[in-house]
Amino acid sequence: MPEIPEELLRRSAEAKAKALGLPVEQILAEMRGEAPVTEVPAESVDVPRPTFVPSPPPPSVPEIPPEPQPPDPASAPPPAITAVAETPPAAVKEPAPAAEEPAPAAPEAPDNGAGNGRLAATVSVRPSVPPAGVPEGVRHQRLLTVVKARAIQQVKADPTDKVNTWPHLMIAEFTALLAMTAFLLVLSTILQAPLLEAANFNATPNPSKAPWYFLGLQEMLSYFDPQIAGVTVPTVIGIVGFMMIPYIDRNPSTRPSDRKLAIMLFTIFLAGSATLTILGVLFRGPGFNFAYPWVDGVFFDDLKDWVDFGGH
Amino acid sequence: MSTRNGIHGLLAKARTHATDMVGRMWSGQFMDSMLRPGSPFKKGYTDTPRNRSYVIMNNVLYHLHPVKVKRHGVKLSYTLCLGGLSFFLFILLTVTGIFLMFYYAPTAERAYIDVQALSTDIAFGSLMRNMHRWGAHLMVLTVFLHMSRVFYHGAYKPPREFNWVVGVILLLLTLLLSFTGYLLPWDQLALWAVTVGTNMAGFVPVIGAQVKFALLGGVEVTAGTLLRWYVLHVLFLPFIIVIFLAVHFWRVRKDGGISGPL
Repeated sequence: MPEIPEELLRRSAEAKAKALGLPVEQILAEMRGEAPVTEVPAESVDVPRPTFVPSPPPPSVPEIPPEPQPPDPASAPPPAITAVAETPPAAVKEPAPAAEEPAPAAPEAPDNGAGNGRLAATVSVRPSVPPAGVPEGVRHQRLLTVVKARAIQQVKADPTDKVNTWPHLMIAEFTALLAMTAFLLVLSTILQAPLLEAANFNATPNPSKAPWYFLGLQEMLSYFDPQIAGVTVPTVIGIVGFMMIPYIDRNPSTRPSDRKLAIMLFTIFLAGSATLTILGVLFRGPGFNFAYPWVDGVFFDDLKDWVDFGGH
Repeated sequence: MSTRNGIHGLLAKARTHATDMVGRMWSGQFMDSMLRPGSPFKKGYTDTPRNRSYVIMNNVLYHLHPVKVKRHGVKLSYTLCLGGLSFFLFILLTVTGIFLMFYYAPTAERAYIDVQALSTDIAFGSLMRNMHRWGAHLMVLTVFLHMSRVFYHGAYKPPREFNWVVGVILLLLTLLLSFTGYLLPWDQLALWAVTVGTNMAGFVPVIGAQVKFALLGGVEVTAGTLLRWYVLHVLFLPFIIVIFLAVHFWRVRKDGGISGPL
């Protein structure tokens, strides 16, 4: 038999003791296998006392003093039931039907085999073999254990210092939103978006540059074989690699001092992409050859209206 | 009111009724039904903790924000509002983009002329186009900076790993949205920047040629590419990005709100 935790066993025993009207210690002993099992039909609990009391008590009852009963805070068993419960083990050891035989006179006497239609309410301690006469489909109930009701979701929220979203966060967000709108309005009033001549398939501008966020890649293309710079680097490192970051970096700490390597690598990435982009934007002239913006001018049409470099 | 017969009496009655109805609508039932309990725009709003909670709880913003947030997350220096600003730029770009759609036809004959007209003829056309263009560049920047901020805070660590993945997808979609929009003015800058950009996609080892063909709708940029990228730009990619945005925002809350202080 597997080891049942003491706490569970105790709780189960208390419940069973309450249901049967027996002392907890006895049930506990039975459950541990230290004492023989008492066969008590549950009906005895519900039986109206007047009808049950007249039944002849077993001769052993007077010999058992009430003292050995441990204090049961849940329910003090009624005397009639105690009589049944405190039957000496020797008498109980016998099969249940035999034990019940002496009391056929009592109309409400426990009678498992009679099939009196109240079997559904029966709490039998050992119902492994259904007694004869039980209708098909009617089963004995057995109390296995009592499980305390718990919430489906266990909420374990640590107390944190919180403030109301309104107004504390909303005002900050709204201010940022207004500032961004103002900034964009001013920017759009001052700076005209570039519009060159109409598209012409026969006139390739020199140099031809990608949008600025791809210029770092284009810059790398001028150093490496396209198979490496145009494909492997951006897709593997750029996409898959970036998505994999949380699964590669197993360090649970978020403190900067604990993650020097991660911060260093990311900073190298940032600095590298910024350098490549700036090189591509400002330092590349005709033929995508190296050029000094202060000598040859800026070859970047997105910036055409920003500053007049007068280069080209 | 004295009872008068004829048309004047009827008119007076109608006016009284109308005034009553309008008054009722704005002071009573209509505003009551429009504003949920606790709204600061509602009559009788007082600054109490209960009402502060109601403002969020009974508001569509409850989809985005919980009633309470960690105090350190409210500090501007923690997030620099970069995620919020990226989303706001997305909204601005949607608004200005819809304006531009009224005056733009994605055909090789019309596209360039339309953009020219937007820059010169149409009221607020220039402003809208400029805001759309600079806003798009700005959004690429804010999304990228947002990602950097999240990295430096280690905010991608459990339980927020998957939201980082969603974020990388959002960055990719932002780049794609910007890149597809780049072609639409149909000028030399657009044509050749896109040619260079898609040539880079053509370098993909096994499927490169196919990817490039699918992107361009041909072996090189054509009028068909313009229509294709227009549809991607105004319909397909915004649709996809909104789905991912919804997941992203939802996960921010489900993963325990903003990441803890360092």
